[in-house]
Amino acid sequence: MDNFILFSAMVLTILMVVPLYRAVMGPTILDRFMGVNAIGSKTTVLLIMIGFIFNRVDMFIDIALAYALLNFIAVIASSRYFHKRKGLGEEMK
Amino acid sequence: MIIWISALLIIIGFVFFLGGSLGMIRLPDFYSRLHAAGMLDTMGVFLSMAGLALYVVHDFTLGNFLSALKIILIVVFVFITSPTATHAIVDAGVRAGLKPWTKKN
Amino acid sequence: MKKTRRKSIVFTNFLILFFFWMIFSGKFDAFHLTLGVLSCSLVAWMAADFLITAPSFATIAKQWIGFSKYIPWLLWQIVLANIHVLRLVLSRDMNSRINPQIIKFRSTIKSQMGLVTFANSITLTPGTITVAATTYGDMAIHAIDNESAAPLPGDMEKRIAKIFGE
Repeated sequence: MDNFILFSAMVLTILMVVPLYRAVMGPTILDRFMGVNAIGSKTTVLLIMIGFIFNRVDMFIDIALAYALLNFIAVIASSRYFHKRKGLGEEMK
Repeated sequence: MIIWISALLIIIGFVFFLGGSLGMIRLPDFYSRLHAAGMLDTMGVFLSMAGLALYVVHDFTLGNFLSALKIILIVVFVFITSPTATHAIVDAGVRAGLKPWTKKN
Repeated sequence: MKKTRRKSIVFTNFLILFFFWMIFSGKFDAFHLTLGVLSCSLVAWMAADFLITAPSFATIAKQWIGFSKYIPWLLWQIVLANIHVLRLVLSRDMNSRINPQIIKFRSTIKSQMGLVTFANSITLTPGTITVAATTYGDMAIHAIDNESAAPLPGDMEKRIAKIFGE
């Protein structure tokens, strides 16, 4: 089972490349927020898996909880900050 | 037995993660990408966290039970905050005047 | 009357906070429990007006019983809609199957908490996202295809209206 968790953590890391593409190349700024949010919600699961690999689940769960809070606050703050900017919806390269 | 159920739950959760990631690439515009990005990821977090919580509990001590409770609390927290974050992003898009993509015909 | 109600609210808040303190700390020796009692009672006394705002405890009990019936149904709806959106995303002829559209309607739910629950439930169900919601009940929903858009407002609104007693 430890090997299974190690391999699933690797698969999860590989899956994170796809939202990273959206966050780097996304046509609008809002697409980038969305990519960062998706990476954050995967990272919460990944942190608990890292806890299993190091046999310190009790410690890594607290880190995952703090990461989930921080991810939520980051999305709320950034979308409020860019609230009424001009050119938010325009495509840029 | 419990280990096999938890492995199965983690794999199904990863299928949902894969669907969310593919949807972010394939769907045509910002609003419809948000359906895939926000909601399928929430389901993936729910299923894989349920599998991990089952795996923690399978040798039962008080510390492991508390860890499983904390994992369930993370899931409850994600289920409350994920629609709020999605709504914040959509609201920013609507106020910026981003037009939703519709079918031409 | 007012004072006894405030006292009972402070006590309920203290119980809720202390429950979470014990889950998160995981240590049950005298030092940590004393710290927990001190900090939880301070926070419960300061935040007495925030957490519980319903007029009476009977209303709160009724709402929680309603929620405990509503949440399993909502989870089942979320699972069904998730499978639908997953098949949509993984299908080969995706562009011919999706039909993004915005639906507008006026909800009959009046209470603020009910509207928040309704909007969050709609967003949590895949295929539909709440774009705008006002205090009068005007909602704008972005739906990804015709099948997700069809059951709105429908059954979910009735169930939420039943929880909040309208």
